[in-house]
Amino acid sequence: MTSTHSYSEADPGTAVIVEQLTRRFNNGPPVLNRLDLAIAPGEFVALLGHSGSGKSTLLRTLAGLDPVTDGAVTRPRKVSVVFQEHRLLPWKRVWKNIVLGQEDKGIRQRAETVLEEVGLSHRSNAWPLTLSGGEAQRAALARALVREPAFLMLDEPFAALDALTRLKMQKLVADLWKKHGCAVLLVTHDVDEALLLADRAVVLERGRIRVDVPITIPRPRRHADPGFEGLRSLLLDALGVHTA
Amino acid sequence: MSDAITLTGLYKTAESRGKTQSLRALVSSIRRYMSPVALVCLWQVACSLGVLSTRLVASPIQIVVTGWTLVHDGTLPFNLGVSLLRAGSGLGVAITLGVVLALISGLSRIGEDVVDAPLQVLRTLPALALVPLFILWFGIGETPKILLVALGATFPIYLNLHKGIRSIDPKLVEMASTLGLSRWQTIRDVFLPGALPDFLTGLRYAVGVSWLMLVVAEQVNAESGIGHMMMDAQDFLRTDIILVGLLVYGVLGLISDQIVRFLESTLLAWRPDGRKGRKA
Ligand SMILES: Nc1ncnc2c1ncn2[C@@H]1O[C@H](COP(=O)(O)OP(=O)(O)OP(=O)(O)O)[C@@H](O)[C@H]1O
Ligand SMILES: [Mg+2]
Repeated sequence: MTSTHSYSEADPGTAVIVEQLTRRFNNGPPVLNRLDLAIAPGEFVALLGHSGSGKSTLLRTLAGLDPVTDGAVTRPRKVSVVFQEHRLLPWKRVWKNIVLGQEDKGIRQRAETVLEEVGLSHRSNAWPLTLSGGEAQRAALARALVREPAFLMLDEPFAALDALTRLKMQKLVADLWKKHGCAVLLVTHDVDEALLLADRAVVLERGRIRVDVPITIPRPRRHADPGFEGLRSLLLDALGVHTA
Repeated sequence: MSDAITLTGLYKTAESRGKTQSLRALVSSIRRYMSPVALVCLWQVACSLGVLSTRLVASPIQIVVTGWTLVHDGTLPFNLGVSLLRAGSGLGVAITLGVVLALISGLSRIGEDVVDAPLQVLRTLPALALVPLFILWFGIGETPKILLVALGATFPIYLNLHKGIRSIDPKLVEMASTLGLSRWQTIRDVFLPGALPDFLTGLRYAVGVSWLMLVVAEQVNAESGIGHMMMDAQDFLRTDIILVGLLVYGVLGLISDQIVRFLESTLLAWRPDGRKGRKA
């Protein structure tokens, strides 16, 4: 399914390499235009950009949902995606959703372990439609992590959550990333979220990476760290939001 | 202001509900059954006084007596068994056929072109109009009856399941693919359970259609079955037997509906309470 010929497996030194990736829909203008991007193993990259700039398109290509027609993509075999919607199957209990598609013994144990990690053990037997928005998204995160991905993609996973829950989820993602050590690509509209979580922020514009800045503020980071100011205005400028 | 007063009133009722509830339920159930019971009594009286001729309609008591006799001499159990077997076989064929066709047309574009178009045309034909043709083709044995039931019941199964499969959220299918599910696993874990609510709706219609087709098939030509028993009775002006047959059909319809509803409530336990009720 994901083994289009243009994909190749990464060597241990890099997690993800995108080279000269071009993507257009129905012969329209290119949404991604000869895009280059590399992500190191264990690196946390935040992807910002205007609505419609092609962030989801890039992510879907990396996830193997869209074919690579022009350019090359190298990525680890084990990848996971969390979308803005949880996409849990309503007819399977939470823990069965977590280990969907895995059929060996010990799946129950694995599900319980990862549910514990995201703080959802008490809902393991619940039907997904009875979960709150935050709980459902934590379950989606658990489902992504149980596969022990080398590369985790998050497409605005907190966008539909309330501000308070979002803060908790950001903390959770930071902890889980530290523990699992996978490379992460986080698509977000929230500059502060990028600054809080990422090693590097890239801004997508007209199909290419326009800005690529490392975020070197030491961890653990806190919201509204004064060290964020310079980077924040730089990123907001890049996004065309002019700060005073 | 008046809102607040209404609310207080409601709370008070809720508090005192426990004591009066059972009494009220009793009264309301008596009220519910009162008018049917009264009607039956009226019917009996009319028959006894000779206002209603038994050539037109037998009296309730006569129906009960006849029903009892028919059960005892084995006529009713035999004919009921035959009818059930026909309906069951026909429904079985319909489910198999409907599910296979719906899977073919629901899961592939080519399948949809090949299967869906002719079925959409066929379904506009009234199935009962095919009775003469079926008798010509298959004679008067069991085959035409079972096939007639199957023909009528296949469409609701097919149409609903096909709709169910087509309306699965593509995002869930996409998710399954990112999780590395095989095609077969996707069908088993995503398509089939996702389309189950629609399938059960189709099944409920199909059961209803099955009885309808069976009644016609057995009354047109048959040597056995509830329908035949009723047609036979017509020749001897036995309205009591005809009414027993009607009663049996009614009970069968009621029971099969309950079975499908039970299936719905157990198989669709994942749906939150608000959506559990009948959709159709
Ligand atoms: N399947 C498709 N067919 C046609 N056009 C598409 C398709 N998917 C995406 N596009 C177009 O590609 C462009 C980029 O879309 P994409 O979803 O990648 O944007 P995005 O950066 O994720 O935006 P947002 O922040 O709003 O989610 C948009 O103009 C969109 O209309
Ligand atoms: Mg998007």
